Amino acid sequence: MGGPHLVPVRVYVAVFVALLVLTAVTIWVAFQDFGSWNAPMAMGIAVVKGTLVVLFFMHVRYASRLTQVTAAAGFLWLLILFAFGMSDYLSRGWLPFPGK
Amino acid sequence: MADARAHGDHHPALQHHFEDLEQQFEASGLGMWVFLVTEVMFFGGLFMAYIVYRTWYPEAFAEGSRHLDVTLGGTNTAVLIASSLTMAMAVWAGQQGSRKWQVIYLALTLLFGLGFLGIKAVEYAEKFRDHLVPGPGFEWHGAANPANVQMFYSLYFAMTGLHALHMIVGAGLIIVLMVMAAKGRFTREWSTPVEVGGLYWHFVDIVWIFLFPLLYLIERHY
Repeated sequence: MGGPHLVPVRVYVAVFVALLVLTAVTIWVAFQDFGSWNAPMAMGIAVVKGTLVVLFFMHVRYASRLTQVTAAAGFLWLLILFAFGMSDYLSRGWLPFPGK
Repeated sequence: MADARAHGDHHPALQHHFEDLEQQFEASGLGMWVFLVTEVMFFGGLFMAYIVYRTWYPEAFAEGSRHLDVTLGGTNTAVLIASSLTMAMAVWAGQQGSRKWQVIYLALTLLFGLGFLGIKAVEYAEKFRDHLVPGPGFEWHGAANPANVQMFYSLYFAMTGLHALHMIVGAGLIIVLMVMAAKGRFTREWSTPVEVGGLYWHFVDIVWIFLFPLLYLIERHY
């Protein structure tokens, strides 16, 4: 057999329902006042939703280690981009220096 | 007849430089993931720009976001999630050897995809009507600096536009897959193009899963 792992339909349906529920939750959260926690909560929910899609709809849970590492590498490099990008933009003006 | 003999002892879909169908499938999936990683970085630049400008102008972003339609955006999120389910089911139908259901699920995926683009078009039309398209015609009468709100809308159009472009490409791919499936090109053992096309479709879904809260759901509570 050369093909994706045979995933039971109930797994797909369960992921689908979870994604819809999480969409409703993220909308609800946006209309509540959690102070500075609103944005992290929205991103946390999005990460959970994205992970569900990657693991089950995209079959990464059942794929080889090589494919799993490749997929994870993409998101790791994205985090490096954000971390290094923001370490620059956020730290501007922290230190006084002559002429400014 | 050398060709017939060469294919006699293995599946006709197996290319000769692979050991077996499993290795061939693995290579296809890995190749697609390498492409998707480049796509992650491609969208990543826009997300980086978004983070920088939202950090600089939080009020303008919140004000601009509140003018987007949560009902239409939320509906589109559900539509896209449904299309991902039907895409996964198209792969599943192929594994069951059901050509009919594979075509039906692909058709449903296409339908949801076009529905998403239709709703997106309605939203874009509203933005044009309300002078919210960045450029000389941009107008903003809220409390925030219009130039900063314009930056939010620039990112809104760049990110959703690039996403919609990917949806259009995906819709084209699904049409090709439907034709191939209807012609009986896929078998229970080999339907790699459906799986690989599905990977692309699900990736585009994931991009939207992040775009929706980032663009539509900033500080809605006041």
